[in-house]
Amino acid sequence: MRNAFAHEITQLAQQDERIVLLSGDIGNRLFDEFKAKCPGRFHNCGVAEANMIGVAAGLAMNGLRPVCYTIAPFVTYRCMEQIRVDVCYHHVPVTIVGTGAGLAYASLGGTHHSCEDIGMLRLLPGLTVMAPGDAHEVRGCVRSVLKQDRPAYIRIGKKGEDVVHASTPAIEVGKSLVLTPPGQVTLLSTGNMLPAASATAALLAAQAISCGVVSLPCVKPLDTARLEEVFATSRVVATLEEHSILGGLGGSVAEWLSEQPSAHGRLLRFGTADEFYHETGEQEHAREHFGLGPERMAARIRAALNRP
Amino acid sequence: MKLLPHQLPPSQVPFGASIADLESVARNLRYQAIQMSHQAGTPHLGSVLSCIDIVVAAYWRVLRVDPTRPSAPTRDRFILSKGHAAPALYAALAARGFFPDSWLDTFGQHRADLAEQPAPNCAAGVELATGSLGHGLPVGAGFALSARIQHLNYRTLVVMSDGECNEGSVWEAAMFAAGKQLGRLDVVIDYNKWQATGRSDEVLALASLSDKWRAFGWEAVEIDGHDIGAITRELTRETSDVGRPKAIIAHTVKGKGVPFMEDDNNWHYRVPTAAEVTSAAAFLLATAPLPAACAAEAETLAGTHAS
Repeated sequence: MRNAFAHEITQLAQQDERIVLLSGDIGNRLFDEFKAKCPGRFHNCGVAEANMIGVAAGLAMNGLRPVCYTIAPFVTYRCMEQIRVDVCYHHVPVTIVGTGAGLAYASLGGTHHSCEDIGMLRLLPGLTVMAPGDAHEVRGCVRSVLKQDRPAYIRIGKKGEDVVHASTPAIEVGKSLVLTPPGQVTLLSTGNMLPAASATAALLAAQAISCGVVSLPCVKPLDTARLEEVFATSRVVATLEEHSILGGLGGSVAEWLSEQPSAHGRLLRFGTADEFYHETGEQEHAREHFGLGPERMAARIRAALNRP
Repeated sequence: MKLLPHQLPPSQVPFGASIADLESVARNLRYQAIQMSHQAGTPHLGSVLSCIDIVVAAYWRVLRVDPTRPSAPTRDRFILSKGHAAPALYAALAARGFFPDSWLDTFGQHRADLAEQPAPNCAAGVELATGSLGHGLPVGAGFALSARIQHLNYRTLVVMSDGECNEGSVWEAAMFAAGKQLGRLDVVIDYNKWQATGRSDEVLALASLSDKWRAFGWEAVEIDGHDIGAITRELTRETSDVGRPKAIIAHTVKGKGVPFMEDDNNWHYRVPTAAEVTSAAAFLLATAPLPAACAAEAETLAGTHAS
């Protein structure tokens, strides 16, 4: 995903001279092409994220389109107040990109996990929150947020994730993408859980359970028109995210659902529990710990379908 | 807001006026800020009064700003990072013609144009919403970097408080500005020696401020922050190394201009009564040189007494 981001931002910056890339002392080689093609518009801000966000706001207030890039927990939790005051309160077009989001850096320990970022950031007024599902969605998300004059957060994975889309889909802020139409079950997936969603749907289909897959690269604003359709059609609707079940996509859908008088489907939320991941392990181990493997998700969904 | 008698109204004092005229502007801005605090019931008056001379030097001697083109890309940028001193900025901007004087009368009231601390785009000339400390310098560094990227020649001036230097983001920005050689960025620290609950050198280890800024790669000077001429000289002086940003440590007195407020940290939160506003006006006026007519009158009176 990060290679897709680097390539896409380099393309866009060549067409739009207002784009300035700020990095928090990571991705040095990753942006070599950007630096060569857009001289004077890449700035390593060092290990100082609060300042990086303030600088970005200052650039945006003067007509530029800054993009801040570093590891997800550092570009969100560390500088939450700068995002709130400098960026959102002034409502300026700063794009914040968190890489290695969720459990992507599981092996680096809890300091590098970000399973609360969607929940924290979607509280901020006027901030678009995006979590692309694969490298193609990364490109689509970057294109769509840089077209708008608003602040945005994009959380991406690291590298080498499975690709689900055959080509880059047109992504619109506030809109979801239907990969498989709603069935008895629909999976609503955000971020890097998309390949796992496809695998889970395949497991269910093999057991004659029709299962839709909807990708939500945009968590805020939430595509409520799609939710209405999905909850009217499916008996079980499951949210999938590498994020806490509190406050993220599952939390957003639950908030929306609580005010729907006659929703048909019941909601299952797949995500991380309200706890830190303390084991030593890779991303796959962390996912298994939180029950985010396709087999365990499929089993929980079957059990929910079988309940009266 | 009322003005002091026998003093030229600040709006009639042009850019580049004499130091004597600017001292008169400062007296009136102090008087207006005291009235605003009384009328709106707002605190932080001591912090407002300590930075008035810095604001006057900036707006009457240094900043290239045009109230008829407040968003001109080439304008100099001024950030009052210590947003709690907003009345100082508002009174200066009104006098320089950015918005009507009448806006000062409704300061802090429900739905007024001017809030207790600057809101985003609240008025022409207000570059940044401030109030949470430690934000002005990072954003100011962004302004200075924008100038370089866009090939513009404007200067950015950030006024901070000494207590504000407790914030880590200030020092992140200090390293950034020196590292990126943002030589057209200036900081003035209103070093009034107090923060909300105590002496700023005692709450945290603040001293030596100028050594700290120098160690962070800045050119640092210490001046009398109530000497408008000295502030002007430092703000208009090019640094020996053009890429080096400049920190001006301005030694000030909290509550400056009103003896019963000076260096008394109760005025961080206290609001003046009507009687105290009147008394403050008398003290401010007492520091003014007597106008020619009054001086002649006084001389006559003195002569009468002598004979």
